[in-house]
Amino acid sequence: MAKVTMTVNGKSVTREVEGRTLLSAFLREGLNLTGTHVGCDTSQCGACTVHLDGKQVKSCTVFAVDAAGGDVRTIEGMANKDGTLSRLQQAFQDHHGLQCGFCTPGMVMAAAALLEQNPKPTESEVRHHLEGNICRCTGYHNIVKAVLAASGQDVGQIAAE
Amino acid sequence: MPKDGGIGASTKRREDVRFLTGKGRYTDDINIRGQAYAWFVRSEVAHGTLNKVDVSAAEAMPGVLKVFTAADFAGVGGIPCGWQVTDRFGKPMQEPKHPVLADGKVRHVGDPIAVVVAETLDQARDAAEAVEIDITELTPVLDMKAALQPDSPKVHEELTSNLCYDWGFVEENKAAVDEAFAKAAHVTTLELINNRLVANPMEPRVAVGDYESHSGNSTLYTTSQNPHVIRLLMGAFVLGIPESKLRVVAPDVGGGFGSKIYHYAEEAFVTFAAKTLGVPVKWTSTRSEAFISDAQGRDHVTKIQLALDGDNNFTALRTETYANMGAYLSTFAPSIPTWLHGTLMAGNYRTPLIYVNVKAVFTNTVPVDAYRGAGRPEATFQLERLVDKAARELGVDPVALRRQNFITPDQFPYQTPVAVVYDTGNYHATMDKLLEISDHAGFEARAAESKARGKLRGFGIAHYIEACGIAPSNLVGQLGARAGLYESATVRVNATGSISVFTGSHSHGQGHETSFAQVVAEMIGVDASQIEIVHGDTSNTPMGMGTYGSRSLAVGGSAIVKATNKIINKAKKIAAHLLEASEADIELKDGKFSVAGTDKSVDWTGVTLAAYVPHNYPLESMEPGLEETAFYDPSNFTYPSGAYGCEVEVDPETGKVQILAFSAADDFGNIVNPMIVEGQVQGGLAQGIGQALLENCVYDENGQLLSGSFMDYAMPRADDLPMFKVDHSCCTPCTHNPLGVKGCGEAGAIGSPPAVVNAVIDALHRAGRTDITHIDMPLTPSRVWAAMNA
Repeated sequence: MAKVTMTVNGKSVTREVEGRTLLSAFLREGLNLTGTHVGCDTSQCGACTVHLDGKQVKSCTVFAVDAAGGDVRTIEGMANKDGTLSRLQQAFQDHHGLQCGFCTPGMVMAAAALLEQNPKPTESEVRHHLEGNICRCTGYHNIVKAVLAASGQDVGQIAAE
Repeated sequence: MPKDGGIGASTKRREDVRFLTGKGRYTDDINIRGQAYAWFVRSEVAHGTLNKVDVSAAEAMPGVLKVFTAADFAGVGGIPCGWQVTDRFGKPMQEPKHPVLADGKVRHVGDPIAVVVAETLDQARDAAEAVEIDITELTPVLDMKAALQPDSPKVHEELTSNLCYDWGFVEENKAAVDEAFAKAAHVTTLELINNRLVANPMEPRVAVGDYESHSGNSTLYTTSQNPHVIRLLMGAFVLGIPESKLRVVAPDVGGGFGSKIYHYAEEAFVTFAAKTLGVPVKWTSTRSEAFISDAQGRDHVTKIQLALDGDNNFTALRTETYANMGAYLSTFAPSIPTWLHGTLMAGNYRTPLIYVNVKAVFTNTVPVDAYRGAGRPEATFQLERLVDKAARELGVDPVALRRQNFITPDQFPYQTPVAVVYDTGNYHATMDKLLEISDHAGFEARAAESKARGKLRGFGIAHYIEACGIAPSNLVGQLGARAGLYESATVRVNATGSISVFTGSHSHGQGHETSFAQVVAEMIGVDASQIEIVHGDTSNTPMGMGTYGSRSLAVGGSAIVKATNKIINKAKKIAAHLLEASEADIELKDGKFSVAGTDKSVDWTGVTLAAYVPHNYPLESMEPGLEETAFYDPSNFTYPSGAYGCEVEVDPETGKVQILAFSAADDFGNIVNPMIVEGQVQGGLAQGIGQALLENCVYDENGQLLSGSFMDYAMPRADDLPMFKVDHSCCTPCTHNPLGVKGCGEAGAIGSPPAVVNAVIDALHRAGRTDITHIDMPLTPSRVWAAMNA
């Protein structure tokens, strides 16, 4: 067992963990931050996506001990300070970018990372960036729409209505 | 101006806020103090004799409470099958035993043999490595046709063969169908495989069992689409627990697509183990485990033939299908290739004579059951591929051949030769709408532009019918269902006017908390924020059958309407008393009760308060309170239909298929929330396109699953798909449910695979490759390239 300390959503946390404990398990079981989901065991689905030191990572591929000293942000840390939905979260609701909600935290974290690097992505850039996040419900149409809308682009012309 | 609330409004989903902030409560988020963890030891071989399971070393490992084997389940029942099909000779299907843990034999890779329960998950997993299993491998049964040969090894020794049933429908039509084929001017034949799929909801299955020794109450938290069905099957058939002592909770569930309908061994296990050990027991599936333990979908091998007269009218249709059941009968497995498949073989056409033969076969593979669409995608795929092939053989336009043979709008209600009666539809209208939204007229110019770039462009069309709103109980009872298929609702109006609706339907992505509230808000005229929708817990919802077969709004919504009407009727009586008027004169509008033709009125809360504080109340003739329960049993299925168009570009160098555009013109009858309906269609399209181009569940010659992870099983990703054009303006309301709704959950997955394949074949034909008449799904670059270079 090793003692690890890291910052999660702005708060410093310390826990004893085994060497094999994954960051995803550390967040879910250790900190009860159950918004980070685990949808596969091969780092393919992206449901566990969080930000580590400002970069998008799949928390199922990071050992908790390797995140020691790091700054982690999860879906629980994405809303505005007053608790209202952030612009990106609100765009997901406005454009029906989620159905069962299971991939949603990872999708939001991945999209947030994209918009930080590329504030006005094209549709194709959004699709390419989200390739590592699988959604089985939406067919991605409304997720792509939500991300484009959150970037301030007009999505009125996008088909479906 | 679109409405901002009630029926027809694209109300934003209220459930989204918790999902977007990480506050959803899925089963794996539930931890009970003191819980132990279960790890399943599963068969690594497809078929074998289980000689010995030695758990002694594992039980001595740190933290291990117990290692369970089949011997521990000697006193309980097996996993039941919920549907008995009768074969064409009048005999019941062959139904094998399905033990909770493998007993004497293993029958598929993933068949559970033993379960370690330990204080931590890591301890359970470590100890599982120490369980010693001695298996003598047997030849696996994999190919369905070979499985039916007399010399084939048997999956189940207690059965006479690997044949579950040989079903004929309609058996009495067989001779007439054959005669029509003998007289046909043209016969089109197509042989195809409907590829096996894995449902893969993003949330893997989870089950947590809890037992309270002082009361004898068991609770199961599980990732289910139908908690009441699980309570009934597990309580009555497996563990012998009366409903009053068994609570099943399915909280937020991360997608289902059919795979979470069924009662699984893991659910029975954790419930049983929690009682045996006196501690809560939790099991969380890994994705790898899901691939070898969740029921899979499709897997039909079919020969289909269409007979036409000299004027290109369809005169008869016959099919012969081998349907893979896998190693055991999953809950609804026998019904999928029969009653959910054979009854849809008329499609949208007037074909007068139809005969469907289905042989269901046991193999050493994971059990197969309903997956989004369930039988109807298989019916639609073969029929719409066949009609396309017929048009090409006859040299006629595939759209024109369809139109010529469509059931016409004046023929509804339409009795098909395969038992069902379509209530409404207008297939010419949906086809017209599709051609409009897909700019079919501009296709030739786009094809020329592709050609100039060295690419082959094709346009494929499919028109589907489905039977949803499953289903009239007396009918399905005659067909072999061991359950009723009504739905329930309790509407509880609280003293201050807020409303709690308890539904037997279950939402695992469909947005019921929003759309069901819209229905009640519209009926009563109160704001939807006053209405709470409660589902997923057998302890507070009336016995319901859950969500699958696009039934939630058509059946569950109808139960809510029925219960709400009872509420309104009683509320009017209370209002009449308060207003000293005749009940017949009371009108309800915008949440206010008025006496017709006067300015006398009482608002909603005036009535609800009177119901619970009955100081001025007709106590002599009416009970206080305002709470009503209704059960709704549909009188028919609903029949959504639609026209789908797919435009592809094939790269002749690589065989890669790119979808450039996909358009869907659906008739879902009336619509409560257009935004949610469009989302359902888009998601269904992605799954259907996934089947057509990407997804395939592959077993090798030893019965090992080769596509056992997301590394190997190609799930559709964001950059595999285009934006979709979805239209639902064609509307022929259902005539037999109060909302006039038909259901929209499965349409996308049903209509899209044939549209995609038809588009690829069209592209190849336009390039002169008229010799390529079919390619089996998924149309991967290698398969398309191989067909082009054969």
